[in-house]
Amino acid sequence: MELAEKRNLQKVATRIRLGVIEGTYNAKSGHPGGSLSIADTLAYLYWKEMNIDPKNPKMEGRDRLVLSKGHSAPALYAALAERGYFPVEELKTLRHIGSMLQGHPNMNDTPGVEMSTGSLGQGISAACGMALAAKVKGEDSRVYTILGDGEIEEGQVWEASMFAAQYKLDNLVAIIDNNNLQIDGPITEVMSSYPITDKFTAFGWNVIAIDAHDFDQLEAAFKAARTVKGKPTAIIQKSVKGKGVSFMENQVSWHGTAPNAEQYEQAKAELNAALAALD
Amino acid sequence: MADVKKIATRESYGNALKELAPKYPNLVVLDADLAAATKTGIFKKAYPDRFFDCGIAEANMMGVAAGLAASGMTVFASSFAMFAAGRAFEIVRNSIGYPGLPVKIGATHAGISVGEDGATHQCCEDIALMRTIPGMTVIVPSDDVEAKAAVEAAINHNGPVYLRFGRLAVPVFNDPDTYKFEIGKGITLRDGKDITIVATGLMVNEAIVAAEALAADGIDARVINIHTIKPLDEELILKAAAETGKIVTVEEHSVIGGLGSAVADVCAEKCPCLIKKIGVNDEFGQSGPAVDLLKLYGLSSENIIKTVKEVLGK
Repeated sequence: MELAEKRNLQKVATRIRLGVIEGTYNAKSGHPGGSLSIADTLAYLYWKEMNIDPKNPKMEGRDRLVLSKGHSAPALYAALAERGYFPVEELKTLRHIGSMLQGHPNMNDTPGVEMSTGSLGQGISAACGMALAAKVKGEDSRVYTILGDGEIEEGQVWEASMFAAQYKLDNLVAIIDNNNLQIDGPITEVMSSYPITDKFTAFGWNVIAIDAHDFDQLEAAFKAARTVKGKPTAIIQKSVKGKGVSFMENQVSWHGTAPNAEQYEQAKAELNAALAALD
Repeated sequence: MADVKKIATRESYGNALKELAPKYPNLVVLDADLAAATKTGIFKKAYPDRFFDCGIAEANMMGVAAGLAASGMTVFASSFAMFAAGRAFEIVRNSIGYPGLPVKIGATHAGISVGEDGATHQCCEDIALMRTIPGMTVIVPSDDVEAKAAVEAAINHNGPVYLRFGRLAVPVFNDPDTYKFEIGKGITLRDGKDITIVATGLMVNEAIVAAEALAADGIDARVINIHTIKPLDEELILKAAAETGKIVTVEEHSVIGGLGSAVADVCAEKCPCLIKKIGVNDEFGQSGPAVDLLKLYGLSSENIIKTVKEVLGK
């Protein structure tokens, strides 16, 4: 990837992270940790990978993203706002009564949100249905879904995984955000979903393992996924929960806690400094 | 009644899907390894490229159905009521109900008339579960004519629909030439002033039989077929409550949360009257021939007659 392009994606991802902090601070609740870990992936998807039009969110034949780990809604909302689906100012209304930004995504409230998610394990099934619909209609559109490494403890994920392989959904890419932490602790201590790559391979998927915060690797993975025929692709991305905010990184306590005023200022200062460094 | 044609509403469902397929080119059907039993196999045989077996994975099937519907397809998702409404409840609630996606759930083998398979497969809770979901339409057809009409009405309804079908062959009493189906509109099959029998599904025919026998005993019973439990035809129920003052509800479902509860809810608030519910009491079913089970659990014209007489003190 050209350096200028990479710099631009890094800036976008940093602005998404700022949006996560803005939203969860104003909501006084929400899930910053797992939102920050997928910011780079969302930047790549919405700015590089997906065929979408923010001015026409329901465009026929568009690509779709289903955020199966719906609690990372603050990152999705920040990405959509940054991409032009709605004003960035809306992020401050996250989780407020009457807001278009519900605690977990609702497709009927927010432009650009393709599926209502939040109850874990369900988004990947809907993504399978969308990928199948594209096949039935003869469209060459693609469907992406992001799951947590804790989320894949849900049995429904593996029902969906069998389905995607059975129907050869090569237009489907599932991204597993492997930040190693779930609410009650490290996944290895709560309920290990490892080995994740072996599981998806055994279920008949094309599997690619990458570093979630490296745009060269993201690009290589999504490009490779397009060349695979007859199989869905799983991208297992090793990520850092809380990525980009020093005191949130790899801390399970930041799964579902909002920053207070002091933490909000510090997080913003760190991210703004990162943004300035990219200029 | 000996020469009356009998058809199971699951059979009507499979036939309707096949017959309607040419008219609705976006129609696809999902099943969970029960196509032979739910009768979606009839559709599968005729349109194999529009049928997708999801295997024994009802939760995923409901999610896939949601994704197909979100992409503009007309989708029916089928399994036994126990698994469609029971096992997959939360997926139906969150992936279909909450976003209001127009998925049509074709749930067969509802109630104790499943028969020999026994309690694990006899779902008497599905109406209660489905009607708590905001925006969910709940339809329980009474015979072949009504079932087929309900399938097409569901296709044309822009919202989620739960259709409840049975395994047992039941008499076809509606006239296909004159029958009109409208979602949310009950049908008065027999006028009467002494009491109203409100029935749904296969109990509607039993209610007609009971009303005829009661007439011979000088009791004038009104019979209402409520094929749509949600939205309930409140106007028709309240009119019956006001005019006859007493209601007996009859359903092949738990007395908790089904038709009887829906009728009691509306009457309690708007026109209190005496209501007696006939259904499966707070208990599980068991194995046995369907016809014998229905009698054993009081889901018969004989029990309707007995109950009406008790309510009227005769």
